[in-house]
This record gives sequence, structure tokens and C-alpha cells, in this order.
Amino acid sequence: MSLLDVNNLKVSFRQDGQVSAAVKGVSFTVDRGETVALVGESGSGKSVTALSTVSLLGDSAIVEGSVRYDGDEMIGASENKLMGVRGNDISFIFQEPMTSLNPLHTIQKQMAESLALHQGVSGQAARDRIVELLTKVGIRDPQDRLDSYPHQLSGGQRQRVMIAMALANKPDILIADEPTTALDVTIQAQILELLAELQKSENMGMLFITHDLGIVRRIADRVCVMKDGEIVESGVTTEIFDNPQHPYTRKLLAAEPSGQPDPVDMDAEEVARTDHLKVWFPIQRGFLKRTVGHVKAVNDASLKVRAGETLGIVGESGSGKTTLALAIMRLIASEGGITFRDQDVRRWSTRELRRLRKDMQIVFQDPFGSLSPRMTCMQIIAEGLAIHKVDPHRAPRDLVAEVMTEVGLDPAAMDRYPHEFSGGQRQRIAIARAMVLRPKLLVLDEPTSALDMTVQVQIVDLLRDLQRKYGLAYLFISHDLKVVRTMSHNVIVMRNGDVIEMGAAEDLFENAQTEYTRELIAAAG
Amino acid sequence: MALSPLNQRRWRNFRRNGRAFWSLLIFSVLFGLSLFAEFIANDKPILIKYRGDFYTPIFHFYAETEFGGDFQTEAIYRDPEVRCLIDSGGLEQCFDDPEGIIAQIEAGTFEADGFERGWSVWPLIPYSYNTSVDRPGAAPLPPNGQNLLGTDDTKRDVLARVIYGFRLSILFTLVVTGAASLIGIFAGAIQGFFGGWLDLIFQRVIEIWSATPSLYVIIIMFAILGRSFWLLVALMILFGWTGLVGVVRAEFLRARNLEYVRAARALGVGNMTIMFRHMLPNAMVATLTFMPFIVTGTIGGLASLDFLGFGLPSSAPSLGELTLQAKQNLQAPWLAFTAFFTFAVMLSLLVFIFEGVRDAFDPRKTFS
Repeated sequence: MSLLDVNNLKVSFRQDGQVSAAVKGVSFTVDRGETVALVGESGSGKSVTALSTVSLLGDSAIVEGSVRYDGDEMIGASENKLMGVRGNDISFIFQEPMTSLNPLHTIQKQMAESLALHQGVSGQAARDRIVELLTKVGIRDPQDRLDSYPHQLSGGQRQRVMIAMALANKPDILIADEPTTALDVTIQAQILELLAELQKSENMGMLFITHDLGIVRRIADRVCVMKDGEIVESGVTTEIFDNPQHPYTRKLLAAEPSGQPDPVDMDAEEVARTDHLKVWFPIQRGFLKRTVGHVKAVNDASLKVRAGETLGIVGESGSGKTTLALAIMRLIASEGGITFRDQDVRRWSTRELRRLRKDMQIVFQDPFGSLSPRMTCMQIIAEGLAIHKVDPHRAPRDLVAEVMTEVGLDPAAMDRYPHEFSGGQRQRIAIARAMVLRPKLLVLDEPTSALDMTVQVQIVDLLRDLQRKYGLAYLFISHDLKVVRTMSHNVIVMRNGDVIEMGAAEDLFENAQTEYTRELIAAAG
Repeated sequence: MALSPLNQRRWRNFRRNGRAFWSLLIFSVLFGLSLFAEFIANDKPILIKYRGDFYTPIFHFYAETEFGGDFQTEAIYRDPEVRCLIDSGGLEQCFDDPEGIIAQIEAGTFEADGFERGWSVWPLIPYSYNTSVDRPGAAPLPPNGQNLLGTDDTKRDVLARVIYGFRLSILFTLVVTGAASLIGIFAGAIQGFFGGWLDLIFQRVIEIWSATPSLYVIIIMFAILGRSFWLLVALMILFGWTGLVGVVRAEFLRARNLEYVRAARALGVGNMTIMFRHMLPNAMVATLTFMPFIVTGTIGGLASLDFLGFGLPSSAPSLGELTLQAKQNLQAPWLAFTAFFTFAVMLSLLVFIFEGVRDAFDPRKTFS
């Protein structure tokens, strides 16, 4: 008998009087000491499956089927019994380390709560146990960290604390729901290593939920591939990877951005350049707000990008890559020279800048946040048309329809609202909004990182097509080196605001000069 | 105008909330009726037929002489003489024995030279809010067939005053809430959007402003300019707009760093457009949540001013004044009961409606 036995689990949600099925009959088992991965794209029902094991779904969910933990039926079990299991026998780690910790409590207080609840440990004993746990998850100087608040820890440290909390009651099963997705690549690698190590040493069963096949290959013993609420294929990880049976699994495995950027003309026009660009935020202290120092978000960045060329900007979160892009677009204040098509734009007034906006556009990372939720697709795309008087002789609807076709959207969907589109489609809307103005320079701020792998590939292809067609210059910001490699001609690597390495993409990937760049490349796999 | 899918969903959610939906229906009927209060409770007939011509006294001024009377002033239609003149076609005999003649005309036995049968259609309640009831006894008079809810202490029909008072309260609230919200949303939007020094200074101004004792200002202004409806509206707006500023400001402070706002700025969209096209619709939900408090607060504010005697002019149909009379005339419980039930029904309906609206706008709430 398995430790966790999920049998024909069905979950559906009631909304507005309609019932929509999220999970349609899923069966799998997790044994002590093994790691099972649930893989699938967003909306495949993997998180819902995990949450329903201990009835953590809201009231609107209808759960059917059977989930047995150690032989006990969990579905329909009393709230008291479930509370005894949750966090004690079955523990969770969630994706977002920023929000899974209460910002108002110290690390010690949050961890002690769970200890007191399930084990009745308090006082010095609890303190000792917490220090032991923090040591186990690799937090340096755990004694000093006890009184820290979550915001004083980095993302990776916070995720370590979350893991420590999950381990506090010696669970039999650890359910990790995309635990590394929000973290930088180098940190991701460390956390995965830690999880694998802990799973061995504690002899736990681990249910690992992810969309990233690279992680699955690294950590899982067995894998279940989910699609639209069903498990389409399951088996031992190496077998699935070597010999996928289901077409969907093959598609997932093949979904990796590939190809090379087109070569650029030698005499292509230079679109934008910066000379020793700096973005420093003053740190002010005291009553008189004396400036005591600066946060150097971007420190001395010089770069240039030509028509038809892509400049990749890579670095981990907080390295200043987005700040650099916003400064080039003059959306935030900066020092140093910014030249756009041989004009010095750094001193332009707001009015003059409006002309610049037409030629310089940006696509943001989050396709959910960057579209105004109360405007239709048509309104969103057409907004810039009226401001910049693009082609005033033609009806805006025609222009919008044209650009929608170009980015691969059905113009018939023009009057729908953003929430009716999928993530990939929304990112296409965001690209259409930028492209409708026929810009010369497009800043792409992590345009693919919030998307599923198969969609990422499509977006990368779309971007390359557009570049070829219009000779666009791209500033491609990403932490994902695989995507950067397929898109960029030149790459700059940023760390803590400094440009630590730059050069042609091929040279840089083959022959990195700094330790940091090599680390990034290694972590990206 | 077609509703967007989002609004359709909201309307569905609202419909599903039975209490809110029925409250809205009942309130709409009551308010709709009260808008036509002149046709329900008035001391003038709706329609008169006099010597072959039709007259509409609610809309036009007619001197008594038009109906064969003596005075150049407006006809007092409730007077037996005037009624007799209208019914008989302006016969001189009416000045001697109007009631007798009316009785004969109604019995169909009246005959005289120049007699031409006329008639008038009266509203259901033949009193306006300021008509003195001609009933013997000391005011306030208890309810009877003539005055269904009795009279107040100046012998005015309570039912007529409640109908007009309901309308006045609601209209007052609509005007004050509407104007105060507009100003408040605008001020909050500006502060939240620009932030920094502007925000800091305006917040201090608002703190000082809302610490001003508005009651004193109202009393002083009334003493200088005299009591009037519109002055009270203006003063209530002047001190009421700060209520929404905090909520809208907070929403804008949050929204101004969202990506779609940044995206709009990257498109070169102007500040005002960003504020009102992109950010305001998203701040509206929080604003709507606050609305019921403002609406009920304004109704309560008007009533308490009237109760204290610092509100509308004493002739105005005011529910607060009715409450004051109820307190002064404890021997006349129909006043207190009427005032209590009117307020209870009105405020409950409004609160239920707004509760439904708030839930319908909540994207996280699902209705099964």
C-alpha cells in the first residue's frame, strides 16, 4: 500500500451557476522515499490536484474520488482530522516566497506557531528546534536570523525558511507547488539540490509540481504528465524522457526555443546607444533628508543596438536590467547620454518625448498585469493610434485588425476583454499594441518568462519574424539564457547594477570571461 | 447600449441576490411614485373641466376670476365656493350656499340659468405638504378616513408630508452624494496619481478641513444667508467630499505602478487619460463599497439637522422635522411611528441595494 494513494480524483468548480471540471479522474501514488513530479502547462489542473489531497480548496470546489493517506480516506474527512494531517503529515511549499510568509511576524514566531500547534513544543525547546531546522535548510547564522522579518531575507532564503517550516513536523509527504519558479536560476539550482537532499535524508515522499521539464529530469523518480485535467502519461522519469509515448509529452519535450537570430547588415543604422548611463536612487536619512548614499540601480552602462539587431540583457533579479531599459525609454530619470537615431533625447521635454514614444515601445513580462482589465482588445491596441496619429486616413479598426493578424490573433476577437484570452494570446495583444505604432526599437522585458514552454516557443518565433520583416531593434531582457541565446546577436550581463560582461552572443556563451556568467550558463543547463 | 460581459456578469450576480434585487424593485417603485408626488398628494385638482375647457392647475396658474370668482389671486381649489363655481360653471349663487349647490349638482337635481356641469379630478390625497387640514379639534389630530396618518402639530397631513419628505430626502442625497463623490474621486485621483509633495500638502489640508465643525458653519451661514435647500446642499457637499478621498487615493497609489499604467505611459498617453481611462475604472469597486455609507450618512445628516432645527426651512416637507414633532408630542404616537417606519424602510432598502451592488462588483465572490 502506498503512502499517498490518489484514485480517480475529480474536481470541478461552480461559478455563476455553471460547473466546470478542472481535474477529470486522476490516479497516482506516492511512496515513502520517492519523488513524483506532476508536470503540465498552466491550467492543466496540477495545483488543484495537489490542494485537494488535504481539502485545501474553497467552498466552490466539488471533489469526488478517493485520496488515501496511509490508508485513511481524506476526502470527506472531518475538519479536525484534516487539520491534524495538514502541516503535520502532509506539508506544503508554495511558489511565492514573498507572500507565503506573513510580513509582520519574525521567522521564529512563524515557525514556532506550527511547532506549538502540532507538537506542543514551546519556549527554549522550540527555539532549539527552529535553529536546527534552519541549519538543515542551509541558512547561515540561524541564531541571528530568528528575529528577522521576511523582508530582510532574500527570495532564496525565504524559500529556505518555507522549506524549514514544512519540515518542522517531520512530514511523511512534502508537496512542493512550483517551489522554484519565482527564483533566480542560480538560486533555483540550490533549492532543488536542498530539496532532493532533504527528501533522501528524511525519507519523505515528495509530490513535486512544476511546468519545467528540466527540473523534473533533475529531481523526480517518476513523472505524471497532466493535460486538461487528465494524466496523459506516467512512468519512470528516464523512460518518459527517453521514450515518450503520448504526442503531448513529445510536444512538451520538444518545446524548447531553438534557432539562431538572423545576421545583421554591416551598415545597418544605429538605433539607440547609451554612454555611461547611470540610474542612482539617493538614500536619504534623518530629519533634513541628507543624502547619505546611493542605490546604484544601473551603474555606468554603455551599449548600442542597430536596426534588425537584438541586444540581450541578462542578469538575476535586482541586477538592474529592467531599470536600464526603463531609463533608455526615458520612463525614469537617469544620468549620462542616451542617443536615439542620432538625436540626444536625454534632455527632451515631456512634449518632445511623446514623439519618441512612437518609435520606442515596450512589452512587459506579465501579460496579466500589462493590459488594462476594463478595456477591450481593440481599445487597448488602438490607444496609441489616436495619440500618434498613425495613418489617420484609415479606420482604426482596420489597422487593429491588420496588426492582430500579423501577431497571429483572430481579428474577430477584437471586442473581447483581456481576461477572455490565454496568457500567450495576451502577450500577443501586448506585442500588437507596441507594433501598431511601427516602432524602430522594441524593449522586451522578460516577454516569455510568464508563459508556458510551448507558448514561449511561439512568441520567440513571432518576435523573430517581426524583426526580420520590419528591421526592428530589440532590447531583450531576460533571466532565461536559453531564450536569450536563440534571440540575441549581442549580450550584456548585469550584476548589481554593473555591466560585468558584454560581447557577441556566441563568444559569450562559448567562452565566458567571468565566473558569474559561467555560473549563470551552468545553472540554465 | 449593450452591456459588456463584465457588466453582464455583475448584473447576473446582482439578480441572484434576491434581497438586493427586490429592494431595488421596491425602492424604484416608491421613488418613482414619489417623483410624481404632485399627482398623488396635492391641494389642487389634476384636471378641471370648466365651461367646456380643460384646465391643469398643477402646471398653470389660474386666478379665481377665471372660474367666475372675485379675486385676482390663485384659486383656492379646496374652498367650497371655488368648487361650486367649477362644478356649476361659474354661477353667482355659489357665493351664498356653495355646499348646498354642490350637493344638488351631485344628486343631479340642480337647475339654473347658465348652469353648465363642470368637474375636477383630485389626487388620491387632497392635501399638499403645506396644506392646513380643515378638521375640527386640536392639532396633532389622530388618523381617520380623511388623514390616513393623522396630522402634525400645525394641522398638515402627515401622509402627504411623508411622500414629499421621502422624495426630498432621496433627491437631496442623490445630489449631495453625486457631487461630493465627483469632487472626492477627482481629488483622490490627483493625490494618488501624482503623490509626493502634492499628496502630502493635500492630505494636511483635508485633515484640517474635516476637523472644521461643520454644524457651526451651517448655523452661521444660515444666519447670514437665510435657510434654503440649495444652500444646505452646497454646505453638505463642502464638508462631505473628503469621505471618498482616502479610498480613491489609496487605490491610485497602488495602481500607478501597475504594468498597464506603465505600458500606457510608454505609449505616450497623457496623465489625465491614464488617470480616468485606465485607473479610475479599477478604483471604482473600492469607491462603490464606500457609497452606502455616504448615502445613509447624508440622509441621516439631513434628518438630524432638521431634528435639531437647523435644517431646511420649516415649511419644507422634512422627515427630521416630523421626528422632532414626534418627540414634542408624545401623546400623538402616530407621528413617531410614521417617522420611524419611513426611516427604517428607506435606509434598509438603500443598504440592501448597495450591499448587492458591492457584492456584484466583487470579482472574487461567486454565486452558486
